[in-house]
Amino acid sequence: MAQPINQSNFGYRRHADQDRSGADVPEHPVVVVGAGPVGLSLAIDLAQRGQSVVLLDDADRIGEGSRAICFSKRALELWDRLGVGQRMVDKGVVWKVGKIFHGASLLYQFDLLPEQGHKRPAFINLQQFYAEAYLVDRVRELPAIDLRWRNKVVALEQRNDHVLLTIDTPDGPYRIGANYVVACDGARSSLRRMVGAEFAGRVFEDQFLIADVKMPAEFPTERWFWFDPPFHAGRSALLHKQPDDVWRIDLQLNPDADPVAEKRPENVRPRIARMLGHDRFDFEWISLYKFQCRRMDRFIHGRVIFAGDAAHQVSPFGARGANSGLEDAENLAWKLDRVLRNASPDTLLESYHVERSQAADENIRESTRSTDFMAPTTREEARLRKAVLALAKETEFGQRMINGGRLSVPSIYDSPLSTADCDVWRGGVRPGASMRDAPIAGPAGATEYLTDAFMQCGRGFSILEFANGAQADWPGDVGIIRVKDEQGASDSAETIRARYDAEPGTAYLFRPDGYVAARFRRPTRSGLENALLRASGRN
Amino acid sequence: MPLSTRSNFASPDDAFRAIVEAHRGLRDEESAELDAALVLILANHIGDLDVLREAIALARRRMLESQQQQQQQQQ
Repeated sequence: MAQPINQSNFGYRRHADQDRSGADVPEHPVVVVGAGPVGLSLAIDLAQRGQSVVLLDDADRIGEGSRAICFSKRALELWDRLGVGQRMVDKGVVWKVGKIFHGASLLYQFDLLPEQGHKRPAFINLQQFYAEAYLVDRVRELPAIDLRWRNKVVALEQRNDHVLLTIDTPDGPYRIGANYVVACDGARSSLRRMVGAEFAGRVFEDQFLIADVKMPAEFPTERWFWFDPPFHAGRSALLHKQPDDVWRIDLQLNPDADPVAEKRPENVRPRIARMLGHDRFDFEWISLYKFQCRRMDRFIHGRVIFAGDAAHQVSPFGARGANSGLEDAENLAWKLDRVLRNASPDTLLESYHVERSQAADENIRESTRSTDFMAPTTREEARLRKAVLALAKETEFGQRMINGGRLSVPSIYDSPLSTADCDVWRGGVRPGASMRDAPIAGPAGATEYLTDAFMQCGRGFSILEFANGAQADWPGDVGIIRVKDEQGASDSAETIRARYDAEPGTAYLFRPDGYVAARFRRPTRSGLENALLRASGRN
Repeated sequence: MPLSTRSNFASPDDAFRAIVEAHRGLRDEESAELDAALVLILANHIGDLDVLREAIALARRRMLESQQQQQQQQQ
């Protein structure tokens, strides 16, 4: 398989911690377990905030296969802040249009980002191994991250003020202590087992076959989904483009299909050839899976915090796996950093559980609905689906009811960190929702984006201020993004005003992860200070 | 607006006949498919999730109670 990745980045190296003996256990502020997209992104975010991070992974190579391929706008905005967004976008396949077919005919098409004025596209498709490789390259630029391959956590002991980890390596075991451990060790998390947590949910019976095939092809860069396609009668299918002329094909199989036989290339090839109308392709990867929708009851167990697939697992339809894990990372990084710096009490971390378990519930609900729609479990459910597909041929409401995977969008948090609106709003971005990008005039007059301006403000809280000529009196330590009150306002200023339902004087308070903490029509210093206290868990 | 259970048709018999006749000549499975489509079309026309839920609750309650009555009569 072509993976143009520098494998020398992933070698095991002995660390000085391993030479310490007996009771002399090295102490670290934070240990992240699992160097997948979530663990790597979290480590980078923490390091950029000034934390020293030990990042452990039990392998010494990038995972096999493309796996996660759809990365959302929100994920790209995080990766921009981590310094890797452009590289991901340059390599990735940009897309925003999805098409849904029934049989041979097009039923419906949707545009996930119909409006202009966003820096990043709705989605890019990029093999997970590229994303991980770029993140590892970024890690290597940050001396504050100590990335240790072939370091497998084999025991975990929670103490009052730290966690004691026993780690196995090719040179034998050693121990380290950590103020906090973040488990990003995937759906089969061993740390989850070590804290004795349950991982309850629903297992789906239908089996899906993933094949990545390499071929030059002229299909547009869109997500194509079929119900009952001519080449795969009675089931569903998905076609999606990746970089390097690789196409992701996802075929629903019967629940009783024999996994071993189905996976054999000689059995997969005719199916795909029927779909493509030719067999001039090579296999990059074939995988068969059943999926599960489940989550941990609590994402925080003492000083061990769970993120990504370790904490919650969804079906793949909707691109909610890796993207929600990355949202976990961005939600946790700033909070953990504040707690480690004693800038906020450790109760701030509870808001990570509150906010991200809400998101997990939403993702599980959405992906369960998609899966049920694709694989109805009762005759009546199948009948209703058939009716929706039939109605979609001539009604808009039928088209909108088709669920071929509702794609990941950031959750809106009902959060203790949010300050409730006290003014009247006709729209805009409500507290608990994530920043909505818009063009903004930069310092040199050039147009840039709100997400850029936010990034340039530093890594703390920021105020988006719509000037009204008055001298603002803002709290210290807060970044300021100013939308000027110019005469004959430019189009871009109009766009951002509309997106934020702004009037002269309006101010939004953004959290360090770019979520809205509070907004005011007539902001006062004390109002903003109270909102800041609340948003940082100090109220 | 709550679910309206007052009689809304000027001629309820015509409405009932229209639905009955729509099923004329259909096999049971076809009838079930017709009903499924009809439910979805009417639900969308109502366009109010609260009203839809009320309607579902009423339909389920009546269905279950009349089933019980039938069973009691048979006993």
